[in-house]
Amino acid sequence: MNLFTIFIAAALVNNVVLAQFLGICPFLGVSKKVDTAKGMGMAVTFVMLLASTISYLVYEFVLVPWHIEYLYTIAFILVIASLVQLVEVIIKKTNPALYKSLGIFLPLITTNCAVLGVAINNMNEGFTLIQSLVNSLGCALGFTLAIVLLASLRERMEENTNIPEALKGLPITLITSGLMAIAFLGFSGLV
Amino acid sequence: MSIISDRLKTGIINENPIFVQVIGMCPTLAVTSSAVNGAGMGLASTAVLIGSNVVISLLRNIIPKEIRIPAFIVIIATFVTILQFLLQGYAPALNDQLGIFIPLIVVNCLILGRAEAYASKNNVFSSIFDAIGMGLGFTISLTVLGAIREIFGNGTIFDGSALALRVMPASYEPALIMVLAPGAFITLGVLMAILNQRTINKRKKSN
Repeated sequence: MNLFTIFIAAALVNNVVLAQFLGICPFLGVSKKVDTAKGMGMAVTFVMLLASTISYLVYEFVLVPWHIEYLYTIAFILVIASLVQLVEVIIKKTNPALYKSLGIFLPLITTNCAVLGVAINNMNEGFTLIQSLVNSLGCALGFTLAIVLLASLRERMEENTNIPEALKGLPITLITSGLMAIAFLGFSGLV
Repeated sequence: MSIISDRLKTGIINENPIFVQVIGMCPTLAVTSSAVNGAGMGLASTAVLIGSNVVISLLRNIIPKEIRIPAFIVIIATFVTILQFLLQGYAPALNDQLGIFIPLIVVNCLILGRAEAYASKNNVFSSIFDAIGMGLGFTISLTVLGAIREIFGNGTIFDGSALALRVMPASYEPALIMVLAPGAFITLGVLMAILNQRTINKRKKSN
């Protein structure tokens, strides 16, 4: 599979949120404002790229030689947890405003299924290091695209006073995501 | 025995993981394409939840506070690995259907959340029933969601198990969108709206 195909498949055709259902919790939780969404997208991109690289290295140079591939769940999640801790410390020092606006969601990236999911996908597909990086970049950008799109829609919907009370908040967000998912279905068959 | 019914009621109704707490969304949307898959994922998550709650409750006075989250994660990941092996050996069909979401149980916020909020602060007996309550709430919600999507998207219910039943008439054209990605979002949104409306009606009545 060439790199461009992998990238387009990851970002659009099999969009990590709208088609693979990974990263739904931050997708629904951090999409109230476009700026927070952009920040979350950047944080997830950074963590995802680093996490897939290190998971790949751990898999190839620790798990495979010692024939303990079945321990990938424990190994990958430990890599991700430590990485997020590191990213949190770095962001706290370099950009305190971003740190404040992300709030609880930064440690929550540890439990973001998207990061672990992409690492496991890379392993299952048997990608090389470069292919894993391209796949992770595609997934991260696809996540950022989806979350920023939803945030823009939600900001507009805040001004709409016609939404029935029962639908306000999460229900209308979910239905909107469903409509977005239908739109992204149009990408299938692109690769 | 009131602690048991209290924990069960909390898990299934008052603090239902999916409809009230809104956590564990990824498997909720991904594996509810059929009732059997939803029930299977729910039971698998319940098994991990019970195991991790018990161990974390037993070790709650030994694990230092500063490293409790990584410690919890390692314990949960261990149970998930065990579950992976059991499913690969004894339920390969379910294993294929649930796919990548079995190892992703380790990042299910429900399990880490219960460990942090309950098991690390209470004894083993209540932790077991907290796990059973939350797990049952999760399983029931997943099964309901899966059943709705399956009925409209496939015309059957519990297809692929001993309880398979054709609900819609044979001439029913299945709405494929229901078992695809958009159906998950929309079904969950509509269900939440229905539950919200119930809460609003109750509030209006009491006013």
